[in-house]
Amino acid sequence: MARVVVDVMLKPEILDPQGQAVQRALPRLGFEGIADVRQGKRFELDVEGPIDEAALARIHEMAETFLANTVIEDFVVKVEEA
Amino acid sequence: MTSRIGVVTFPGTLDDQDALRAARLAGAEPVPLWHRDKDLHQVDAVVLAGGFSYGDYLRAGAISRFSPVMETVIEQARAGMPVLGICNGFQILTEAHLLPGAMLRNNHLHFVCRDQKLRVENAGTAWTADYEQGQEISVPLKNMDGRYVADERTLDELEAEGRVAFRYLDVNPNGSLRDIAGITNAAGNVVGLMPHPEHAVEPLVGTGRTDGLGFFTSILKKLVNA
Repeated sequence: MARVVVDVMLKPEILDPQGQAVQRALPRLGFEGIADVRQGKRFELDVEGPIDEAALARIHEMAETFLANTVIEDFVVKVEEA
Repeated sequence: MTSRIGVVTFPGTLDDQDALRAARLAGAEPVPLWHRDKDLHQVDAVVLAGGFSYGDYLRAGAISRFSPVMETVIEQARAGMPVLGICNGFQILTEAHLLPGAMLRNNHLHFVCRDQKLRVENAGTAWTADYEQGQEISVPLKNMDGRYVADERTLDELEAEGRVAFRYLDVNPNGSLRDIAGITNAAGNVVGLMPHPEHAVEPLVGTGRTDGLGFFTSILKKLVNA
């Protein structure tokens, strides 16, 4: 079965307090030099059948209508090599 | 005939009983609606109540928006049926694109539970006609994902068209842009807000005031005059 990954990130202009909280904790833990952190979501889809253009188009549609809210989020669809 | 106000229960909805009770106290016939049922059972208006439908998985309101009942609610709302979304209901309305913008995690990352002062910025919607323009009310607020965001153009448009229905006063509890607590669609039949008017309809509970009852009396008047 092939795997397709959908990465969803808040748009750059949207405040990400969760990422900021992580970033602020880093120096306290001894991890210096990280100027910014943004937190996103990763969906791993195990897809039945071939990953052809039609299948990718369906996944793109799924990401656009459901997995991501395009008002606030960007997404990237990637096919993971086996 | 008494007007029928439907209140939808999704898995994880918490405030449906309060909303049904508020509708009854205002003088309507409360009608419980089930998320898997497409049929709205001849209701005249629908309330999407607060809670954590589908555990807020994916995004608050994202999964509920695709439930069978929402197919009919979206269709009817576009045709002019009054719909009020409170808290999780507001999140569902933005996910359904019945209202613009989106709701995000509070900017301070804490769950908020407080009495919240609001200013009624638009007393011309189906759900706010019993208030006065500029009236200040106090109702409970409780949420984790209450930060209203939209792009600048949308915000300017909302302001210019008077579609910011409610604004937070004194405290902005969640980082919502321009202190927006609630908005309406262009037609004024769809209204969403984060705070909970249905928890302030009896003197004994909530803020100890009945400031929230106006939502439910507004819609009744609107339906009777329709």
